[in-house]
Amino acid sequence: MTALWIAIIVVAVANAAIKASGPVVVGGRELPPWATAAVALLAPALLAALVVTQTFSEGQRLVLDERAVGVAVAGILLALKAPVLVAIVLAAAVTALMRIFV
Amino acid sequence: MGSEMDEMEKERRTDDREGYLAGARAALPFALATLALGISFGMLARSLGWEPFAAIASSVLVCSGSAQFAMAAVLGSGGGPLAAIVAAVLINARFGPMGVAIAPYLRGGPFRRALEGQAVVDASWALASRGGGRFDREYMIGATIPQVVAWIGGTTAGVLGGNLVGDPEKLGLDAIFPAFFLVLLVEEIRRGGSALAAALIAGALALMLVPFAPPGVPVISACLAALLGLRRPS
Repeated sequence: MTALWIAIIVVAVANAAIKASGPVVVGGRELPPWATAAVALLAPALLAALVVTQTFSEGQRLVLDERAVGVAVAGILLALKAPVLVAIVLAAAVTALMRIFV
Repeated sequence: MGSEMDEMEKERRTDDREGYLAGARAALPFALATLALGISFGMLARSLGWEPFAAIASSVLVCSGSAQFAMAAVLGSGGGPLAAIVAAVLINARFGPMGVAIAPYLRGGPFRRALEGQAVVDASWALASRGGGRFDREYMIGATIPQVVAWIGGTTAGVLGGNLVGDPEKLGLDAIFPAFFLVLLVEEIRRGGSALAAALIAGALALMLVPFAPPGVPVISACLAALLGLRRPS
């Protein structure tokens, strides 16, 4: 078996196990109140981490490029209560235009 | 009595179906971006000399863009399978805490829960968040379906058909994902509580770790910011 297939199969199994672990271990139990309080903050924490890493990093390098401008435009539009789809489409459009013209 | 139960069951099924459909609709714009990303993954895999079948199989079996790009990057730069596996597993470690969060809302015994947990992907999980740690199961599963179809379809098109979309970077598609997550983040913050503080700490922590830790670690470490919720309410 090639290295590629080994990697694909092991990652597939590991990924399924990671995703199954929470649902199987916690089961249908309600989380205790202290855990719920932490879980409630998981979404903003993970989303913030995804936003900054996908905006400002390339591998292990911190970068400031066209993406940052595009995402900043989306942020400003959201602050101005623009429709979500408009904000996202303009983020891509601004990023693309910057890559062409700047 | 029996017919009453039937009525309730029927009603629940109708509600479920509406939930799945609403989730799928909400994910449609994101599925378009996933399609383009899938095409670029297929193209990358072909350029690295993967057999088309292996590329498509990886999208079916792993079904996780970030992990597959990480695997391809490691293998493509001469790394061995172990390094590729470690990179992909680190990237996907975030699905652990996400699964814990959604666990109380899934249904059935351990096997069914494990299966339903496979529907956790970033966008669906975040779309299904209802604040205060509550989640909408049907909405999440519904939102995952178009993304999975788009990812596998995109990979297939990219690896077999080649360049259909041009360079995704030229189209600014790589800004869609962070912009989309920003939208969901703003919604979380508008719900109030400690969300803003948790987001600021998590963002700062992730940024600080980028230069020092392998990809994936900054995101999973940022989960520590959620421990802010353990403070006693003042």
